[in-house]
Amino acid sequence: MSYQRFSALFPKKEMMGFIVLAIILAVVLPLSLDIFRLNLVGKYLTYAFVAVGLVLCWGYGGILSLGQGVFFGLGGYAMAMFLKLEASDPESTKIQSTPGIPDFMDWNQLTELPFFWEPFHSFGFTIAAIILLPCIFGYIVGVAMFKRRVGGVYFAIITQALAAILTILIIGQQGYTGGVNGMTDLRTLHGYDIRTDSAKYLFYFVCVFMLFVCLFVAQFIRKSKLGRLLVAMRDKEDRVRFSGYDVANFKIFVFCIGGVFAAIGGAMFTLQVGFMSPTLVGIVPSIEMVIFCAVGGRLSIIGAVYGALIVNAAKTSFSESFPELWLFAMGGLFIAVVMAFPNGLAGLYNTYAAPKVDAFFAKLFTKKPAVATTAPPPAITPSVSKPVVTKTETPVIPQGAIHE
Amino acid sequence: MFAEYSTSELLSIFAMQGVAGLILFSVFVLMALGLAIIFGQMGVINMAHGEFMILGAYVTYLTSQVFSTYLPELFSIYFILAMILAFIVAAALGALVEWGMIRHLYNRPLDTLLATWGLSLILQQLYRTVFGAREVGVTLPDWLMGSYQLTDSIELPVNGLFVMTLAIGISLAVAILMYRSRWGTQVRAVVQNRAMAGAVGINTAKVDRITFALGCGIAGVAGSAFTMIGSTGPTSGQLYIVDTFLVVVFGGASSLLGTIASAFTISQAQSTMEFFMSGSMSKVLTLLFVVFILMLRPQGLFTLKVRR
Repeated sequence: MSYQRFSALFPKKEMMGFIVLAIILAVVLPLSLDIFRLNLVGKYLTYAFVAVGLVLCWGYGGILSLGQGVFFGLGGYAMAMFLKLEASDPESTKIQSTPGIPDFMDWNQLTELPFFWEPFHSFGFTIAAIILLPCIFGYIVGVAMFKRRVGGVYFAIITQALAAILTILIIGQQGYTGGVNGMTDLRTLHGYDIRTDSAKYLFYFVCVFMLFVCLFVAQFIRKSKLGRLLVAMRDKEDRVRFSGYDVANFKIFVFCIGGVFAAIGGAMFTLQVGFMSPTLVGIVPSIEMVIFCAVGGRLSIIGAVYGALIVNAAKTSFSESFPELWLFAMGGLFIAVVMAFPNGLAGLYNTYAAPKVDAFFAKLFTKKPAVATTAPPPAITPSVSKPVVTKTETPVIPQGAIHE
Repeated sequence: MFAEYSTSELLSIFAMQGVAGLILFSVFVLMALGLAIIFGQMGVINMAHGEFMILGAYVTYLTSQVFSTYLPELFSIYFILAMILAFIVAAALGALVEWGMIRHLYNRPLDTLLATWGLSLILQQLYRTVFGAREVGVTLPDWLMGSYQLTDSIELPVNGLFVMTLAIGISLAVAILMYRSRWGTQVRAVVQNRAMAGAVGINTAKVDRITFALGCGIAGVAGSAFTMIGSTGPTSGQLYIVDTFLVVVFGGASSLLGTIASAFTISQAQSTMEFFMSGSMSKVLTLLFVVFILMLRPQGLFTLKVRR
C-alpha cells in the first residue's frame, strides 16, 4: 500500500485514535490489571466486536438490528461445540452410558452424536463455520427483508423475533444444545488447557488482535465508496436508488459484515469465558449490544469499543455493589443516550475535548516534533491551552424509513 | 403426527385446544389493541407496552388487597372497579411518558424504540423494588370461578369467558372510537398527514397525547384481565412483548381487523400445536411461520389502501 493510500485510509487524527486504543488495550490494561480483571476486560471486548458491527449497520447503514445476539450465539456455539467435542473424548466420558458424546446428550438419552455435530470435530471446519454461518444466515435474512424494501422498525422487530426464536429453540432442544445451562465444562483447545492463566493472557491478546483486524476492516469500509453510499442510503434511500445503485445489495453486505464481526466476538467469548449459554443470545442481550454502540457513539468505530468497555465495566461494578440500582442506571442510560447525547461519547469528545487536544498537539508539534509518538489517552485532556475553533460535527441521526 | 388418533378424537382435541387458544387469543387481542393504536396509528414503537400491562395487573392486585381487607362485603364487584382504576393509572402514566419523552422523538422511530426499552427496564426494577421479585396473584370473586361443561371433553372456564367478552367489548369500543367518532377521524387525519391536519385546525399534539394515553390505558385493562389467567411478576410483560409486536405487524400495522385476525391465527396455531409437541417447539414453529409469512408479505395480512 502506498503512503498516499494509507494516509487516505487513516487520516492523522483517526490514526491517533487507533494508536491510543492500541496502547490502552495492549499495554496499559495488561500491565495494570491482574489476570482475573484482564479476563473480564477480554470478555467486554468480545461485545466490542458486536458494537463495531452495529456502527456499520446502524450508524452508517441506518439498519437497526435487534438480533445481533443471534450472530454472537452462532459464533459462540460453533466454537463451544468444537471445544465440547474435544472435552468429551471416550476416555474422559467413560462413566456415561454412551461414552464419547457430550455429557448433556447422555443426560437426555441420546445414544449417538447428531449429524450436524460431526463436522465440528475439525478445527478448520469450526473456524470456517464461525465466519460462514453468520454470512449465510445474514444473507438469507437480508435478501428476504431488503429485497422487499422492509426496513426501519419492521426490520428491528423481525430480527428481535429471530433472537427470541433462537433462544426458545436452544432451551427447548436441550439434548442437542445443552438447554438453558448452555455448553459448560469446556477444557482444551488442541490439547492446550484454556482454563490456565497463561491461556487467558494468550486469548486476551488474540482477542485484541482480532478486534483490530475488525476495526481495520470497518475503517476500510467507512473510507471506501461503499461507506459513503451507506451514509447516502441512510439519509435519502430513494435518491441512491434512482442514481442506479442496488440499495438492497449494499444493505445485505453490511448486515452480513456486522454478523461476522458479532460471530467472531462470540467465538472469542467462548474461548475466554469457557462457556456459552442461551442467556447471551436472546432479546435482552441483543438490545444491550445496541446500547454499547449507542453509548460509544453510533458513528464512531473507536467509540463503540470504549462504549462496550465502559458500559460493561459499569454493569459489573454496579451489580457487585448495588444490584437493584443497575437496571435503573441501564434504563436511564438508554433514555439519556437517545434524548440528550445521540452521538454518544464520540460526539461529546468531538464537541468538547477534541478542540483542546488538537490545540495541545498543535503547540507540541511546533516546538519539538519528535515527542509526538507517545500520545496521552484522550481522558487526561490538558485544560490549559485555549480552544481553537474547529469544525464540530452536526448531529446526524439515522432515520429508519418504513417502506411499504 | 395425526396417524395415531381417530377422527372423533382429533375433533375433540381440536375443539379442546381451540377453546384454550381462544383464551390466549383474548389476551393477545387485549394487548395488541393498545399496541395497534400506538404503533399502527402513531408509528411509535413502545417497548414498554408490556410494563404498562403489568402496571394494570399490579393495580388490580392492590385493589383486591384493599377490598379483601377493608370491604370484604363488596369483594364480588372489586374486579370491575379494578379494571377502571387500571385503565386510569396506565393512561395517566402513558400521558406523562408521551409528554416527557415520546413527543420529542416522533420523527426518529428507532430511537423511540431504544428510549422506551430504557423505560421498560426502569419500570421493571420499580415493580421489583415495590412489590418484590416474587409473582403475585389475585383471588377471584366466586362468580368468576368454575366452568361450564359443554361436552365430555370440552369445558369453558368462566374467567376465560369473561376475558373473551371483555376482549370483544373493548375491540368494538375501539373500532367505534376509531371509525365512528370525531376523535377517530382526527387521529387518522394526523397519521396520514401531520402538517395538513395541523393546518385545518386539529391540535395534533393533543391528539397524539390522547392516542398514546388510550393505548396505554387499554394495556392496563389487558393486564387487569391477565391477572385472572396467570400470576404477575415484574418481568411478565417482557415475555409477551415480542409476541404482541408480531401479532400487530402480522396483521398489518394500521388495520384493527388485521390485528384481531392475526391474533386469532397465531393463538390458534400455537395452542393446537401444543397438544402434539412440546410447548417450546410449537412456539418456535408459530413464530417462524409468522416471520416467514412476513418475509413474503411484509405489509402484513390486511392493509389499508392509502394514497401516499
